[in-house]
Amino acid sequence: MGDPSPDPEPQPQQPSSRRSSQVPQRRSRELSLPQPSISEEVPQTPFDGPAMQSSQGILASQTNLQDWSSGPPLTAQENLAMYPTEEAQLGGVEYPSLNMGFPSELQPQPYLEEGGMQASRNVSLMLQQLQQGQGSLFQQLDSTYLETQPDYLGQFNMYQGEDLQFDQGVPHGPYMRDDPTLQYSPSELGFMPFSAEVPEPEPRELAVQNAKAYLLQTSAGCSLSLYEHLVNLLTKILNQRPEDPLSILESLNRTTQREWFHPKLDTMRDDPELEPTYEMAERQKGLFLRSSAGGEGEQEMEEEVAETAVPNIMETAFYFEQAGVGLSSDESFRIFMALKQLVEQQPIHTCRFWGKILGLSRNYLVAEVEFREGEEEGEEEEVEEMMEGGEGLDPHGEEEGEEDEEKVTDVIPKPMWRPPPIVPKEESRSGTNKYLYFVCNEPGRPWTRLPHVTPLQIVQARKIKKFFTGYLDAPIVSFPPFPGNEANYLRAQIARISAATHISPLGFYQFSEEEGDEEEEGGAGRDSYEENPDFEGIPVLELVDSMANWVHHTQHILPQGRCTWVNPLQKLEEEEELGEEEEKADEGVEEVEQEVGPPLLTPLSEDAEIMHISPWTARLSCSLCPQYSVAVVRSNLWPGAYAYASGKKFENLYIGWGHKYSPENFNPPLPAPIQHEYPSSPDVMEMSDPTVEEEQALKAAQEQALAAAEEEEEDEEEDEDEDLDD
Amino acid sequence: MDAESLLLSLELASGSGQGLSPDRRASLLTSLTLVKRDYRYDRVLFWGRILGLVADYYIAQGLSEDQLAPRKTLYSLNCMEWSLLPPATEEMVVQTSVLKGRFMGDPSHEYEHTELQKMSEGEKVFEEEVVVQIKEETRLVSVIDQIDKAVAVIPRGALFKTPFGPIHVNRTFEGLSLSEAKKLSSYFHFKEPVELKNKTLLEKADLDPSLDFMDPLEHDIPKGSWSIQMERGNALVVLRSLLWPGLTFFHAPRTKNYGYIYVGTGEKNIDLPFML
Repeated sequence: MGDPSPDPEPQPQQPSSRRSSQVPQRRSRELSLPQPSISEEVPQTPFDGPAMQSSQGILASQTNLQDWSSGPPLTAQENLAMYPTEEAQLGGVEYPSLNMGFPSELQPQPYLEEGGMQASRNVSLMLQQLQQGQGSLFQQLDSTYLETQPDYLGQFNMYQGEDLQFDQGVPHGPYMRDDPTLQYSPSELGFMPFSAEVPEPEPRELAVQNAKAYLLQTSAGCSLSLYEHLVNLLTKILNQRPEDPLSILESLNRTTQREWFHPKLDTMRDDPELEPTYEMAERQKGLFLRSSAGGEGEQEMEEEVAETAVPNIMETAFYFEQAGVGLSSDESFRIFMALKQLVEQQPIHTCRFWGKILGLSRNYLVAEVEFREGEEEGEEEEVEEMMEGGEGLDPHGEEEGEEDEEKVTDVIPKPMWRPPPIVPKEESRSGTNKYLYFVCNEPGRPWTRLPHVTPLQIVQARKIKKFFTGYLDAPIVSFPPFPGNEANYLRAQIARISAATHISPLGFYQFSEEEGDEEEEGGAGRDSYEENPDFEGIPVLELVDSMANWVHHTQHILPQGRCTWVNPLQKLEEEEELGEEEEKADEGVEEVEQEVGPPLLTPLSEDAEIMHISPWTARLSCSLCPQYSVAVVRSNLWPGAYAYASGKKFENLYIGWGHKYSPENFNPPLPAPIQHEYPSSPDVMEMSDPTVEEEQALKAAQEQALAAAEEEEEDEEEDEDEDLDD
Repeated sequence: MDAESLLLSLELASGSGQGLSPDRRASLLTSLTLVKRDYRYDRVLFWGRILGLVADYYIAQGLSEDQLAPRKTLYSLNCMEWSLLPPATEEMVVQTSVLKGRFMGDPSHEYEHTELQKMSEGEKVFEEEVVVQIKEETRLVSVIDQIDKAVAVIPRGALFKTPFGPIHVNRTFEGLSLSEAKKLSSYFHFKEPVELKNKTLLEKADLDPSLDFMDPLEHDIPKGSWSIQMERGNALVVLRSLLWPGLTFFHAPRTKNYGYIYVGTGEKNIDLPFML
């Protein structure tokens, strides 16, 4: 209990100073009183500890002892009330030492010191105090020490008046001499020994009362007394009844102290820490409430029971849970409600929960969505127009620049470098942009639409590997620089994951009955499929055994960044019409090879291996009951991509960080090699700049020439003057 | 996570997307109780799952009275039969550091690794290619040990140190407050402290020796290798390690619930500096 020790130090200064004024008077009065009255003692009364908030309690006990009727002014009036007016005679009164009054710093105070061994007791006490070096008491102790030596009665003049008690009990000293507890020095005595040895009951009660009064001293910084704290602590232990309380005593002590100083806030006030929690809960509550008023309830019910675009998330979650994948069920339900909200807000034809991408500060929940036929995405058109407008301005700029340049005598050579041709992005509803994606950070937050992905973004995304922060507008700082912010990077990764890991059991999808698709330019193959109404379902065991029973139903992304190949140079020729004066850099036209990827609906067995590891792992969800299991396939190439199939149902899900697995370390591409310098030709010749010395030499030479020219002129003038003079 | 509060812990840790199927959960509840009885552990933790190509390893750890004493690791392929793994040694870690790639899932599988070893025959010293065989079990042991040393997390105040030495679970731990829960300095590595003695006296003055006797996560290298998030609207704090992706630590502030679980491939993310 080291904590309260520094606190009581200032406290006793005041009361002791008060006491010093009052006590001597009382003492003198007491001297005159006959012994019996002095030896009064107030019988024990159980007074409430917490009410005794001041150290006057000790004072009260002393005054009550000596001369209760004289009633010195006490600040704590209730103390008077506490003590009944009964006066009892003490037989052989032994006054317990009341040292604890003034040396309150000395914790294990021997309040039970008897008056018998007064002199020696006090001396040892002083010595002990001196040893403990209580600075504030030092001077006081000195004075008391000096005074006690010669004269017992001189103690009455000490302001630490409590000691005086024992002196009046001197005649009764012999009783206590045999008490073994008195052999010990004060510091070794605890409270307990006294109670075992006391022959008379009254002194014990007195002692207990004094002890309690001491405990009721409040500590300096607060209004909490040791007694009260111990009461709280013991009450807490008795109420809670923890096991083995001794081992957690310190923690309980600390907790009790803290609770006293940090009480629970008013029920009317909000806890500031919990604000965001409540806010989020409010927002999520909105998800659960139905938007319609009561009257339209029935109609809405019927509408909702009919086909809705919202998928059955709970069923999917159940099946994935069998595989040990997925979010908790209440989280899934919240996602379901959020998707329902999305469907209500946007004109959606089909919707699917694509998955969750983890980020540094926040996560993304992704929904894959198809708009209804005819619902054009207005945003996309606006963006396209802006881009085209931008492109229109550039050629004009070039022409003007050319005119300016012709006027200048030195023709700045045109750079040979041309930016690589931009591969056009795919149309909506086809290829990588077949679906629209909406993201939100947490169910209850608004959904944001992700922009369509461009092939360049996919190509760059393949070269970098960055964690998502959770904020869509965060910039992506990387090399090679990524054209876009986090929203674009997210969309690119989603496209790559979808293309690589969306699989279905063989036969679920089939090609529509159209011919002639293979004759298309580019040979991209068919890019549409439809559900097979005759799909019977494949037994789960077969699904797990062979990867040939699963097929990809999304198109593979070519190295170009698109699903269908487009020759970028064709477009370039169209743009060339504007700038015919420019040299045709591609006289040696680079033959761009057509890129071919595996066609749609290729079985997984055709997938390339990663370092001799199969890219897919298939398991039964539960080996203990194979008859009701679900076939689960896990991707090794994109950790976090799962698919399950059971009977006629199947589903894909992705929960992960959004990165591809690579057995080797990630090596960022090196910077491009330094470009060649412009070759020297008669038009443009490289010369070194003159050095400073050369320039100065030139300047000096010029000055000399000037000076020489001036001199000549002067000479001529002089000559003329002379001629004139003559 | 503690085997006693397995279901609740799994639910709280499910934000990372990996959990356990119901049959596994049921088997774990039964088998971990038996493990505790058989091996006389004070506490049994379900450590997590290492995904292999053929099968997954389920790992559990047993703790004795002193919480920071070396933990015993057990593995199982079906959550029912547990086998004790040997303790990790330095050589094991060095030996298996050359292995890369996924775990197979078969504990007796042997990796072959060709090394150039100097062989001396008589007076000639030449290098020869030696094929060293390393068992998957060894690799498993060293990976678990590395993950434990690097990213096992415990909140501040959950354990306390007594003057006699042993470290006990703090039964009066009421959970971190919300403001503390968002700071990385309130979480410690669950292992013997390494950095603690390097702290300056000034820093040590503010520490409470009974509670702050482990290394905090704050000064982990590289900086930012922990992702700290609040889920469920501030009702749950989730720490995910980016160095060993798959390790999730969760804690519900102001409650006693906390724990960590590793579900992943058992490979370190060496590309971390590029990804931040």
